[in-house]
Amino acid sequence: MMRFLLLFSRQGKLRLQKWFTPISEREKKKIIRDMTSMVLARQPRSCNFLHWKDLKIIYKRYASLYFCLAIENQENELLALEVIHRYVELLDKYFGNVCELDIIFNFEKAYFILDEFLMGGEIQETSKQMVNRSIEASDMLQETMEEYMSKPAF
Amino acid sequence: MGSSEMCRDLAGEVEKLLKTSNSYLRKKAALCAVHVIRKVPELMEMFLPATKNLLSEKNHGVLHTSVVLLTEMCERSPDMLAHFRKLVPQLVRILKNLIMSGYSPEHDVSGISDPFLQVRILRLLRILGKSDDDSSEAMNDILAQVATNTETSKNVGNAILYETVLTIMDIKSESGLRVLAINILGRFLLNNDKNIRYVALTSLLKTVQTDHNAVQRHRSTIVDCLKDLDVSIKRRAMELSFALVNGNNIRGMMKELLYFLDSCDPEFKADCASGVFLAAEKYAPSKRWHIDTIMRVLTTAGSYVRDDSVPNLIQLITNSVEMHAYTVQRLYKALLDDISQQPLVQVASWCIGEYGDLLVSGQCEEEEPIQVTEDEVLDVLEGLLVSNLSTPVTRGYSLTAIMKLSTRFSSVNRIKKVVSIYGSSIDVELQQRAVEYNALFKKYDHMRPALLERMPIMEKSTTNGPTEIVQTNGETEPSVVEPKHPPPVTQPNQVRTVLISETHINTIPPMTAYNKNGLKIDFTFERANPNPNIAVITIHASNSTEADMTDFVFQAAVPKTFQLQLLSPSSNVVPALNQGTVTQVIRVLNPQKQQLRMRIKLTYTLKGSPVQDLAEVNNFPPQSWQ
Repeated sequence: MMRFLLLFSRQGKLRLQKWFTPISEREKKKIIRDMTSMVLARQPRSCNFLHWKDLKIIYKRYASLYFCLAIENQENELLALEVIHRYVELLDKYFGNVCELDIIFNFEKAYFILDEFLMGGEIQETSKQMVNRSIEASDMLQETMEEYMSKPAF
Repeated sequence: MGSSEMCRDLAGEVEKLLKTSNSYLRKKAALCAVHVIRKVPELMEMFLPATKNLLSEKNHGVLHTSVVLLTEMCERSPDMLAHFRKLVPQLVRILKNLIMSGYSPEHDVSGISDPFLQVRILRLLRILGKSDDDSSEAMNDILAQVATNTETSKNVGNAILYETVLTIMDIKSESGLRVLAINILGRFLLNNDKNIRYVALTSLLKTVQTDHNAVQRHRSTIVDCLKDLDVSIKRRAMELSFALVNGNNIRGMMKELLYFLDSCDPEFKADCASGVFLAAEKYAPSKRWHIDTIMRVLTTAGSYVRDDSVPNLIQLITNSVEMHAYTVQRLYKALLDDISQQPLVQVASWCIGEYGDLLVSGQCEEEEPIQVTEDEVLDVLEGLLVSNLSTPVTRGYSLTAIMKLSTRFSSVNRIKKVVSIYGSSIDVELQQRAVEYNALFKKYDHMRPALLERMPIMEKSTTNGPTEIVQTNGETEPSVVEPKHPPPVTQPNQVRTVLISETHINTIPPMTAYNKNGLKIDFTFERANPNPNIAVITIHASNSTEADMTDFVFQAAVPKTFQLQLLSPSSNVVPALNQGTVTQVIRVLNPQKQQLRMRIKLTYTLKGSPVQDLAEVNNFPPQSWQ
């Protein structure tokens, strides 16, 4: 199973964090620090897999963002790369040509998409359309900005 | 993420949801079930009836999560494993459909339909077929099909192939299939993508134990990977190369590995050097080659060689009797070039000390003998003593070497002068040695030749060779020195126990280790001769309460670096009111001279009720472990 997924920028700022096991706050901060320092220190053309404690860390760089996924030792690393890529594709489909700003300003949507795609450390849905449909359905339930602005204030 | 109590409560709900008609809910329920099983494995049986129809799903999402659920169940319980074996044909069919079916836009990734599901099914097949011949046979075809039909141009295809290879290796597949798997890995190695090469090297490392011959075929590719720029790939290639070394390819492999040692990063050098030594020891085609290899390692990576390899090397050199002249000559030449690498210097000075006469007499069959005079040799050794680059250990080695040469060379006066100078050195170790050697010159000159004889061939033992020899040199007191055959001088470190030794402080004060509830335990110490590393502790247990303590058992535990031997107690009743004591002898071996610590557990029965206590003993006097 997957243990955690982190997204951070080239400057080391954390954009997204998803933890699949219960960990204390202190542990989380320590892990984030370790991951950012390890991944950012890597040479540009080295391989995308690292070993850290008893986990395998798979990282991939998309433009200015690093996607860092930690999996257990018996998992398939190449498939983890595919998982990262699939998540990026989902974001891209939803936001339309996604960039880091989209994730910064609409991070809750990014989390929702992630929650539809992965759950409990495993892949939940392998079809792109299904995930997108679920997100669209939940969006329908939300008010749009105009509706909100036009409501009478008491 | 739910806790185990929450899981217990909600498991029933989850199970019901597994059966709903809504596929969205069902897939979430399946993953919840996975989590429940991970937290509370006993609830597995609860989900068993729901799993009956899981595999006949059409919806890929639900299918995927169900396969995860099944995998989790099979991993946790062998009964489930046996139960689900019958699903193998169904899984094979699903996998076949996935591969054969045409393009499905919903699940497609670069031309392969639903790779995530394919990989998960392969994982499940691996678990199911692990030790089962029938299932493995059923899978053979589909695995071969996947292996040959999957496209390898994209990462996805390679991910599936990787999983297939792992599955083939784990189940009881036929040999043709295994060879196919290893060939796939070989192809991965040639791929430009670093990730794939990394993955291939890791898997080959796992399979090299079982399918050695097949991996050998790819040896040249692996050796090429040693030259890769990526650190992780280099490390894995190095480990794999060491695993592949055998009697036939030792010469070629060693050349490559030595070249790698020259150019690799410092963090690898220690591991590589030890690996080279091990491989050379096992497969050396000739003694000369072996010594040449060792010399090469010492000169190129000398400072990274592990400390314990120095005694091993010395032992090796001693044992190759006919090579002594050649060895000492080469070491001397290396020493002339460079004295900064400590292990090299230590080995070289030891050899010069032992075989200096061979060096000076100029006999050497293997190589052109060089003309060296005694003075030149002594110059080199004295140079080591004064140089800033030498560590104290190295200085000790060179002083002892100079001393040994006093019996082999004729210029004894010069040696006497050097030794007496160091009698007032600031370094305590050097000073002690110099004083002892001085005394050897003055009072015990008759013993000197016998004492500084050549070392005999040491037997290989599993522990450090040298310590065995220390045991035999038991005589230590100066008054006991008789001119019987004193054994030859041992490793330089042990010299002082053989020669005149100061009287050791034998009186170590006793201490109270434990004093509670009327039970007092005192420790008294003795040092066991001949081995100064063993401390013999006698415990005295006394009881100041009014009733006897019966069934008294004393247990002790020590940290990992020590070894403990507990002899039988004098009795297991501690009489009341301090009328008597129970004694028991403990022997502690402390080879690393670390601070002695002990955890003790006491159990006894007092007035009919059992008492148990644990305590830590930290107040050992320093003389007991120094």
